[in-house]
Amino acid sequence: MSEEKKEVLLEVKNLKKYFTLESDIFGRPKTVLKAVDDVSFKIYKGEAFGLVGESGCGKSTIGKMLVDLYKPTSGEIIYDGVNLAALPERQRRKYCKDIQLIFQDPYASLNPRKTIGDIIAEPIRINKLLPEDKIEDRVNYLLDCVGLANHQRNRYPHEFSGGQRQRVGIARALAVEPKLIVCDEPVSALDVSIQAQVLNLLDELKDEFGLTYLFIAHGLNVVKHISDRVGVMYLGKLMEIAGKSEIYDDPLNPYTQALLSAIPSVDIKHKKKRIILSGDVPTPINPPKGCRFCSRCFDKCENCDTVEPELKDVGGGHFVACHHFDDK
Amino acid sequence: MALFKNKNKINEAVPSDNTSVVVEKPESRLKVMWDTLKLNKAAVAGMVVIIIFLFLAVFGDLLAPWDPEYSNMSLAFIPPCADHWFGTDQLGRDIFSRVLSGTKVSLFVGLAAVAYSLIIGTILGSIAGYFGGKTDLIIMRCMDIMLSIPSILLAITLMAALGKGLDKAIIAIGTVSIPEYARIVRSSILSVKENDYVAAAKVIGNSDSRIIFVHILPNVISSIVVRATLGISTAILDTAALGFLGMGVQPPMAEWGDMLGRARSYIFSAPYTLIFPGIMITIAVLAFNLFGDGLRDALDPKERV
Repeated sequence: MSEEKKEVLLEVKNLKKYFTLESDIFGRPKTVLKAVDDVSFKIYKGEAFGLVGESGCGKSTIGKMLVDLYKPTSGEIIYDGVNLAALPERQRRKYCKDIQLIFQDPYASLNPRKTIGDIIAEPIRINKLLPEDKIEDRVNYLLDCVGLANHQRNRYPHEFSGGQRQRVGIARALAVEPKLIVCDEPVSALDVSIQAQVLNLLDELKDEFGLTYLFIAHGLNVVKHISDRVGVMYLGKLMEIAGKSEIYDDPLNPYTQALLSAIPSVDIKHKKKRIILSGDVPTPINPPKGCRFCSRCFDKCENCDTVEPELKDVGGGHFVACHHFDDK
Repeated sequence: MALFKNKNKINEAVPSDNTSVVVEKPESRLKVMWDTLKLNKAAVAGMVVIIIFLFLAVFGDLLAPWDPEYSNMSLAFIPPCADHWFGTDQLGRDIFSRVLSGTKVSLFVGLAAVAYSLIIGTILGSIAGYFGGKTDLIIMRCMDIMLSIPSILLAITLMAALGKGLDKAIIAIGTVSIPEYARIVRSSILSVKENDYVAAAKVIGNSDSRIIFVHILPNVISSIVVRATLGISTAILDTAALGFLGMGVQPPMAEWGDMLGRARSYIFSAPYTLIFPGIMITIAVLAFNLFGDGLRDALDPKERV
């Protein structure tokens, strides 16, 4: 995987999102939740970048900032040479057709009062991508792409199963011909047999339409199927970024190691050593001072409690934030 | 991985029911709504009554056997008989004719006042609920101030400021019920706007106003419709109260509430002067409520059988 040749599609620089939970009577923030705290990464054209981490680590918040559902507190989202985070509302909206989102919950993400045909046609109409008489053909084509029969287009979402609804959600995202699709845990609400179908569908669509994915999931096993590179998040910070094979064969950060050891294995001959972490995830309102993971790390050194490790390149596009790799 | 890579994926995903391979023809939403509404007998009855009332509102004056505004003191307080079906009132006017003639006024005031407060209340409530924060705070505190004044008192104050007349009465009655609609719409919007499909609407590039009117409001319409149908009856009664205080409909114009108010003193000696306008108000209110209920069910696609 030669990183140099690849074209950067989207770059996130020092992205932060703080939520104010409580403010004093003058409106100044008193309690702040640091959902995403200084995260930087690049997504290359044509790849699937997986973002994993446990609940509440800020991975979905990053996805929502990319599609303008949240405004970043600070930092840059650079797409096509433009910093999207700094654009005024009206100009920002023009980029919505380049970056789309597939939602986690297919039951909540479709308007119950619209037929699925309308749901898929709407992005085309709003962005005026096609004349009215060509929209129906396009909707039929999109339904076909995601594996739904086009005679179903006048049905309402409640007439479909979870997997079918998620296919409608995918078709809606595809309708504007986006360059990047943020998949926000697209299969975690589906049962396992359907998960595989939807993952394969996403994989096929990626090749067919030349898409790039930011694939958000809370387990490494789902990401393993689809991603080329994987970023591991913990408590608002990126702990490690590496190609899929490096992450799975040679995880450097202790957190990644722990996360990998939690994947259930069917291979009883080579039973993996399960790393059991002690304690709970600290609150993002008051995260640990040094390394975010220091309170639970099994391989702690003296620096970990006080100095925050930076995300460093340890060679071959493998980035890790851990003091054990400071000298490399 | 390769295990799942079969080419039959598409056929697997769609349960192939051979019975409905024909492309389902698009049905217009109005037709679907009408088909659902038809099944609800009570709603149909309500609608029939409303249509009858609308007919009376247009042709009531022509059908009236007597001049509704002609008074003859020598004919006062005649109980219901062949000549005067509903009897005559304290001024000797034919109650049947007045009830027919009053239909148009009562319906018009009820519908106009509700339409006025519904439109303004919905807009204010949507803005407050959707944008939240300071906008919400300012709008809703203004609504609270209006709610803190008893509504009939506020209506009287408005009438005093605006002057007499039916149009002024509509504005006064409509204005005092704006806060109710604003609050209902705001709370419904708060519960709907957190849904992912509203986020999805934003992601595909909808403007804020389109999100409110196309994606959020249709999903809260049922509570608004139900409140509006009840509001029509409240508005009819409010008009009566204003009329009773000499501020609404000006005599000798006939209006149900006004008739009820003026006949108040004769409730024991000549109950028919009250009963017939009262029955008309009850029937109108009931009809609007039944129709509103049916409409709510018909507007909700999930209720469809």
